[in-house]
Amino acid sequence: MFQGHRARKRTTYALLVGAVAFALSTGGSAQAGYTRAAAKCGTVNLADNAWVGYEANLAVVAYVLKQNLGCKVVVKNISEEISWQGFQSGQVDAILENWGHEDLAKKYITTQKVAIDLGPTGNKGIIGWYVVPWMAKKYPDILNYKNLNKYALLFKNSESGSLGAFLDGDPSYVTNDEALIKNLKLNFKVIYTGSEAALITSFRTAQAQKKPMIGYFYEPQWFLAQVPLKQVALPPYKAGCDADPKKVACDYPPYVLNKIARTKFMNSSSPAVKVIKNFSWTNDDQNSVAKSIAVDKLSDDAAAKIWVDAHAAQVKGWISK
Amino acid sequence: MSNSVLGREVKEVASEPRRKLSLTGRRSTYLSATFLIFAIGLRGKATLPLDRSSLTSFQESLNSFSAWIDNNRDSNPFFTTFINVVRNSIDWLVRSLQLGISQTGDTRLIPQIGWLGVVATIGCVVYAIANIRMSIFAMSGFVVLGLLGFWQESMDTLALTLAAVCLSLIIGIPLGVLAGLFPKFENFLTPALDFAQVMPTFVYLTPVTLFFLIGPASATIVTLIYAVPPALRITAVAIKEVPWSSVEAAVSMGSTRWQALRKVQLPQAKRTIVVGINQTIMAALSMVTIAALIDAPGLGQVVVRALESLDVGRSFQAGLGIVILAVVLDRSTTAVASRVDSGNVILSGQRTRRTTWVGLGIIALFTIYLSRIISWAGAFPGAGLFGRTISNWVNNYVNWFQMHFVNITNDITNVFSYGLINPMQTLLTQSPWFITGFALVALGAIFGGKKLAGISAFCVLAIVGTGLWSDTMVTLASTLVAAFITVALGIVVGTWIGRNKRADKWIRPILDAGQVLPAFVYLVPFLGLFGATRFTAIMAAVVYAAPASIKLMADGIRGVPATIIEAATAAGSSPWQMIIKVQIPSARRALALATNQGIIYVLAMIVVGGLVGAGGLGYLVVAGFSQENLKGKGLAAGLAIVLLGIMLDRITQAIAHKNSKEFANAGH
Repeated sequence: MFQGHRARKRTTYALLVGAVAFALSTGGSAQAGYTRAAAKCGTVNLADNAWVGYEANLAVVAYVLKQNLGCKVVVKNISEEISWQGFQSGQVDAILENWGHEDLAKKYITTQKVAIDLGPTGNKGIIGWYVVPWMAKKYPDILNYKNLNKYALLFKNSESGSLGAFLDGDPSYVTNDEALIKNLKLNFKVIYTGSEAALITSFRTAQAQKKPMIGYFYEPQWFLAQVPLKQVALPPYKAGCDADPKKVACDYPPYVLNKIARTKFMNSSSPAVKVIKNFSWTNDDQNSVAKSIAVDKLSDDAAAKIWVDAHAAQVKGWISK
Repeated sequence: MSNSVLGREVKEVASEPRRKLSLTGRRSTYLSATFLIFAIGLRGKATLPLDRSSLTSFQESLNSFSAWIDNNRDSNPFFTTFINVVRNSIDWLVRSLQLGISQTGDTRLIPQIGWLGVVATIGCVVYAIANIRMSIFAMSGFVVLGLLGFWQESMDTLALTLAAVCLSLIIGIPLGVLAGLFPKFENFLTPALDFAQVMPTFVYLTPVTLFFLIGPASATIVTLIYAVPPALRITAVAIKEVPWSSVEAAVSMGSTRWQALRKVQLPQAKRTIVVGINQTIMAALSMVTIAALIDAPGLGQVVVRALESLDVGRSFQAGLGIVILAVVLDRSTTAVASRVDSGNVILSGQRTRRTTWVGLGIIALFTIYLSRIISWAGAFPGAGLFGRTISNWVNNYVNWFQMHFVNITNDITNVFSYGLINPMQTLLTQSPWFITGFALVALGAIFGGKKLAGISAFCVLAIVGTGLWSDTMVTLASTLVAAFITVALGIVVGTWIGRNKRADKWIRPILDAGQVLPAFVYLVPFLGLFGATRFTAIMAAVVYAAPASIKLMADGIRGVPATIIEAATAAGSSPWQMIIKVQIPSARRALALATNQGIIYVLAMIVVGGLVGAGGLGYLVVAGFSQENLKGKGLAAGLAIVLLGIMLDRITQAIAHKNSKEFANAGH
């Protein structure tokens, strides 16, 4: 019992010292040289979705907002769906690279009217089937889906049973691969790797080891600068050919990547509104910034600075237009 | 003469497992044989498969439930008042801590307390509650965090962890005391606690942000759900451990029930409660990376972002930061526990103690003051001094290793996949559900009687009800293989370090790292070595689960009574005989516990497995997290994991219990 009493006293002292320290430190006003000017533009909340291409868009927009307009940029690392939720709660002002998501667009743009489509980023999204480059070189006819069955057994592994393994990545993307394989009568089985990291690592190892691999992939993507995967031609896309997900037998549609912003933010007087609305660039632009980030391992700001310095006129256009 | 008597005793201990297997063992053998005959005879029938994108009506109803919440969030008074109050208070708490040590706010260039102030204060506090060695250790650990280049991120993580741990203890300890006092209340809480510990976080990540929005509040609540159960459970155990006679004695001497609790039970339970605090801290830290997916600030974000560009080195660097924080907090709280235990108060004598306290307070305050006026004491100087070096080194090493060993690791993957995983998975997925279900119920009946048979039956039927029987069997197959490897490692390494103190000293930090290092850090190298396969998922689970099994087994080996060892030595046992015939059989209870914990830890990694090619329930949970129309299916998969977890936990616990009881019977 005496022990307990002592221990309690010790804890009380500990708390007391902590509290005094904290009070003293917060009570004493900011010291000279430690203050900074309040920004004019205010705060802009930007969603950051988990792929490097997105990060490239974000890096450049955030850099311009900070450097040219003095905004305070708050970056939120969240998944796509949670980003859209942020429009409703007011916690996200803009998404800078959106891939489709018709269900979310319907919910938040059409029904709830809390978000607006700000139009294309200028980047064209391609989704499709890709093989490792060494295979495209050794078996040139593999780049047509009609010849895939000829090579199916090369792709067999411990996960795919008696069929060839076809690898899918991050489940955020709605894929038609199972239906495509069935409807095009291909002897493959879809293996759900479950993440982009797993998919890219598999492609990278396959190329390094000269092992066969085929899977779902997309452009623009920084990894293609390291290992230039080759796309396999599927029956061409025609509007409406993917209407019934069970009967799809055609390629993926081309994606026009766009920006989405919060309605209330767009109606505000923030100078950031104009920049986000006008922001537009090419796939090559994005790839160069993405490469700086992912391969050269620069910080977002450093990567953005290189591109912005080289494209001063274009950036000026976003701000003044 | 006495030698031969002891020798016989040793022989009895040695031969006893085989003899004791007779009843339950024979029953289990019959059961497996019957199961195999029916499973193979009826293969391919009633296997209940479900396509990736198909939904059952139950899963659709879960979808509409989450849509309902979504639509009523702004109008329902429960959400608008209660939830908002909770969110604002938690946000305020975390934000204040962040402004104190990590974030600058709008007007300052450094946080209220600079790095020197934090390091010195930590040193003083740890010195006061533990000892000088721990204090130096903690301070060096924090300096290393700065040198890694992650001072601010580490402090963000620390702030969030502190907030979550404080709240967990405020909730967990009182409830734990109640649960310890009233068994009925504990029975009532147990299913909820199981649920909270086994339900994959991914399942409630999106709903939590719906209620509590993106930010610290959501991150804290996600952490709380996982961190409250250990605090609560261990406190309950602590209270129950206090002998009832001492409570009765106090009451008979005129204490009220409340006084008895305060003066007798709580002080005696204190040591175990400190262990609970320690486990709560570890649980909170293990959520750092997952919480980063909903914008929790700190080291977790570095790990997640490094994963985008597969920068293993950088994610390792941040993971190392998490490990350092964990080890410092773990060792400090363990030191407190042992001090409480031995009653060894370093600063004895009122006056000296008070002087020391004042001294420590002055040092802390002075350094805090310094950290506010001198720039090198405020912002960490030489930040990232060896951060980049470490990450480059790791990247190079990983590449080199991959280049030279990928052929061997491919072969390992294939041996395990074709030899073990595939047959197991075929057996489980191709058998009719009622045959496998019956086998599980019978297993429950053999080891735990009617009650356990009932629990198993409920779990089996409920899994069928989720519509995900086939996926559950895929997951069960991988789980069993992972558990098998985990237990094998537990026996081998556990026995080794249990017998060898020096090995223990070297191996233990590695075990700690395995438990705390975020899986995301080693997923990419594993993917490179073992491909996007179920085996990679199994390996990731083993890294996380084996340390617990090894530690428990080592404890068990060390706990074998010295008399038995001496007797065996006297009877001329060789070291090998000693291990096989004496130590491992005597540590059977520990072995059963190690198996149970191994399985529970493996289950915790199912979702991580879904990220690297395991498929099954884990993949469905991940898909539910990222696709609106698969939300219900993800939730159903989460439920199936919980049901599977509860069933496996109860069955292995019953086996452990039976083992120890039979052992006790055999001993006398």
